[in-house]
Amino acid sequence: MAEAQAAEVQSVRVDRPAARLSLAYVLSGFLAFGIAAIAGLLQGLDRGGMITLPKWLSYYAVLTTHGVYMGLVFTTFFIIGFFFSGVARTTGGSLPPAARRLGWFGWWMMVVGVIMATIEILAGNASVLYTFYAPMKASPYFYIGTALLVVGSWFGGYGVFSAYRAWKRNHPGKMSPLFTFMAVSTMALWQIATIGVAVEVVLQLIPWSFGWVPTINVLLSRMLLWYFGHPLVYFWLLPAYTMWYVNMPRIIGGKVFSDALARASFILFVLLSTPVGFHHQLLEPGIPPLWKFLHVMLTMMVVVPSLMTAFNMFAVFETAGRAKGATGLFGWFKKLPWNDVRFTAPIMGMIAFIPGGAGGIINAGYQMNEVVHNTIWVTGHFHLTVATTVAMTFFGIAYWLIPHLTGRRLTPAANKVGLAQAVIWATGMLLMSGSMHYMGLLGVPRRTAYTTYMNNPTALSWMPLEGTMALGGVLLFIAAMMMIGMVIYLTWFAPKGFQEYPIGEIGDTAEATPRILERWPVIISLAAVLILVAYAYPVIDTMQNAPPGAPGIKTW
Amino acid sequence: MHLHRYEKIWLTVGLLTLIVFIIVLGINAFAMGAQPPSDAQVIDPTKVSQTPPFDQPGLKQLGNNNYAADMTAFVFGYAPNRIEIPVRSTVTFNVTSKDVVHGFEIPGTDVNMMIVPGLVNSATHTFTKPGDYLILCNEYCGAGHQLMAAHLVVK
Repeated sequence: MAEAQAAEVQSVRVDRPAARLSLAYVLSGFLAFGIAAIAGLLQGLDRGGMITLPKWLSYYAVLTTHGVYMGLVFTTFFIIGFFFSGVARTTGGSLPPAARRLGWFGWWMMVVGVIMATIEILAGNASVLYTFYAPMKASPYFYIGTALLVVGSWFGGYGVFSAYRAWKRNHPGKMSPLFTFMAVSTMALWQIATIGVAVEVVLQLIPWSFGWVPTINVLLSRMLLWYFGHPLVYFWLLPAYTMWYVNMPRIIGGKVFSDALARASFILFVLLSTPVGFHHQLLEPGIPPLWKFLHVMLTMMVVVPSLMTAFNMFAVFETAGRAKGATGLFGWFKKLPWNDVRFTAPIMGMIAFIPGGAGGIINAGYQMNEVVHNTIWVTGHFHLTVATTVAMTFFGIAYWLIPHLTGRRLTPAANKVGLAQAVIWATGMLLMSGSMHYMGLLGVPRRTAYTTYMNNPTALSWMPLEGTMALGGVLLFIAAMMMIGMVIYLTWFAPKGFQEYPIGEIGDTAEATPRILERWPVIISLAAVLILVAYAYPVIDTMQNAPPGAPGIKTW
Repeated sequence: MHLHRYEKIWLTVGLLTLIVFIIVLGINAFAMGAQPPSDAQVIDPTKVSQTPPFDQPGLKQLGNNNYAADMTAFVFGYAPNRIEIPVRSTVTFNVTSKDVVHGFEIPGTDVNMMIVPGLVNSATHTFTKPGDYLILCNEYCGAGHQLMAAHLVVK
């Protein structure tokens, strides 16, 4: 009986209109990923001294492309597409028409924004990297393009909220499906986080870039950017956590360990991931140490929901393994489906998050930050977290999500290619991120073109490691192109059929979920209070006691 | 909400570790004075060359083995671009920017700070080993960012 019910649940299919929307987002994301990978290869080889970029192609324009396309375009498109598919899948298979309209409107806005920003980057008018630090002044159309990308993503979020509300109306008094809840929390976090960058771009950068105001308050612009910059990383991470919590148990033949704890960890992320931005500005003048320390304390508290997630995941792995007859302390480890790319790619990412998270604690470790700040260690850090943990989970998702949406199947041969792709990506990242971390400890700066500082002996001693980094970059490029090949294959060429959209059931021993975890007014108000505590005084202080503003300058 | 017993142990140990870590950082910062560079002096970023002490950037001796290095950062260099000090000197670097945001890092030491236009930042270090130290910009500032450096010679 239960088995038959489970089989029926797993046969739910995302219907055509919802699948088209989701696929539009996911494929746009992978197109950006492919372009970003080419930029990444060029910059890795140039920095490692293997090639010299032609005069007309600036290293920093390539770097800006890589950062904007990987960090903002690939991730945002993929995440919204994944959420639309999962919300449809867990609320009966379709999206309400209003949700789809909002979704398409957002998609078009994001596409227009990306095209505008790309034209300006390629024309050399916006080599300011994706952090666009004022007073380096880019073309206003670059800022408008990125603003459209962000505002478009809001409409994606509104689409998710509207589907959630429709479900709640039709199921009064019931807890929402776990996947949908996670999509809603992540998009809520995104709404809160992007307020900072939206204010910066619309009220500061655009008027200043058009010349309507002569100068800019630099410190304020940086505070607003980093108000956004850290929750941005949780916006990347939470969709991966969603996959681990909800999809992974089904893939390994287990059950969701605890619905309540899964929801609680997401609520903690909504509350704690924003009031922490100063840990990116620890070495900056103009921010009193006490405020920096407050943000450091709150940053450490964000570790708690990640510890909860780690416990839940290993609990799922162990219980699934034991249910399959594993014995001994670690026997369950061998029972995991290591030859299934849907499992193996994400688990590699999950393992990378152990050193990745530890590195993050070092970065935010107040005094230790002086050792690594703005060195290539930081680049190594986010390549371990975003480009390994998050990206490999997204790869794992793509292998079943795309065929599910296109009415095709992941074949055993494609699964093998996927396994090879995952291993090459992980190896490339081990070499690249590993050498970046080590170089960072030696003091090698990040975001820097090939340089020996006029044959300075210290700088020359770094070159062999730069070569290792470039070699890792080559492997990553190969894996990226394999991924693009797989995306094309699964979209247009794989055999027709039904690919399951795996959704884990809640375990029998899981406790009932407390209602407070879905009281959004309470949760959002609490988040607002924490943000006011962390930011109100420093922001007002920075506005009132600001030095004379800085005029803009194009330095590239 | 019910927590599994093992999860309680796991989270308690994790939380306690974090709290101990924060306390260690706090003692280091507030009792032992190891604070990150957080100077709050303001300056008009368009008038750096007319504002003392940055109208005459350079090394100033404050006492026995004690120096202040008032420096400006700009695209793509520092003034002065070469400083010589005797070994076991303590130097306080006071740095501001004449244009965009720059970095100020000396590999092999803990000297590392952001140079934001409109503000002066400072860091102090005692150089106990002789050698040629590289001062470099670690915040992207434009086309010549990779060339932005100065030298500190400790004799």
